[in-house]
Amino acid sequence: MTSGWASLRRLAPAVFVLAATAIVTASAEIPLNERRSGYADLGRETKAMQDDDTANPGMLAVLDGEALWSAKAGSAGRSCADCHGDARTSMKGVAARYPAFDAKAGRPVNIEQRINLCRDERQQAKPFAYESRDMLALSAFVGLQSRGQPIAPPDDARLQPFRDAGRDTYNRRQGQLNLACGHCHDDNRGQRLAGIVIPQAHPTGYPLYRLEWQSVGSLQRRLRNCLIGMRAEHYAYGAPEYVELETYLMWRARGMPMETPAVRP
Amino acid sequence: MARALINVPAKARKGDVIEIKTLISHVMESGFRRTQTGEAIPRDIVTAFACTYNGEEIFAAQLYPAISANPFITFHTVATESGTFEFKWTGDNGFAATETAKIVVE
Repeated sequence: MTSGWASLRRLAPAVFVLAATAIVTASAEIPLNERRSGYADLGRETKAMQDDDTANPGMLAVLDGEALWSAKAGSAGRSCADCHGDARTSMKGVAARYPAFDAKAGRPVNIEQRINLCRDERQQAKPFAYESRDMLALSAFVGLQSRGQPIAPPDDARLQPFRDAGRDTYNRRQGQLNLACGHCHDDNRGQRLAGIVIPQAHPTGYPLYRLEWQSVGSLQRRLRNCLIGMRAEHYAYGAPEYVELETYLMWRARGMPMETPAVRP
Repeated sequence: MARALINVPAKARKGDVIEIKTLISHVMESGFRRTQTGEAIPRDIVTAFACTYNGEEIFAAQLYPAISANPFITFHTVATESGTFEFKWTGDNGFAATETAKIVVE
């Protein structure tokens, strides 16, 4: 079976090239002025929940994050505040710029990885696990400082290959359902999947509180959800493929205002 | 420690109907779920909530497993006098949390 596939591959490279071109052109990117946040398609009650900081359950995570910000950690005995000072000024717009290129890693890192780099290098503390309460809390607190700021991916040429790789993943058919992200979020945006409006997949409010999860979750958790829905093999948290996708998605949503912590059904 | 968010108007006129909103962080584990290996996850919920206004109970609720995580409870009362609202949540495994909020009634 395997050798049969291999010979088929050798025999018909042109077919594969054609197929690849078809995939790339399958989903047209949404014109900038037609983009809308998932917020626009929320029901009245859910909108009210996000708009009111005393009703938004994401703010509970933010409160935890605020405490973590000034708590000393690790063998260095330093807190985030010891280096960064008041988060309201020092972290303003930071989450809107991530993922950013990390010279040492030689690849982009997202905000969660940046937090863990700080913990590792500056605080000499144990990194937070992905989707752990502390990681979500601190990233929600940092994210909140960018609320209302436009998403501003860095103008950094080193990010380009990773952004392109993310776009390729976005447009590549995956899983048993053989769907690419763009088939839903570009081609059929605004249509309905079951009773729910298909959003355009702009990551404006992460980490966000999802009513279905009954908790706060990161963008990677959301991506994992989509991959499982497509019956594709999902990646491990923190995998390069996820960060590349994040890099592309943030670029795709450039200029849109941050909403962290958003509320979604 | 459980985090709670309280929204009580700082000021009100005597006789005004005011809205009070409360939100507390809690997993509200129903007790009906199982782990991947089939073991039952024990119930861990908030079972009761009460609010007093200058010592007098003005609102109370009992909570059950069908209530979602981070219960959001909102209710109304009449502003009668300046003073303090005290909110109290109790639950499984000795869970207890209290919060207070002040109001000035003119």
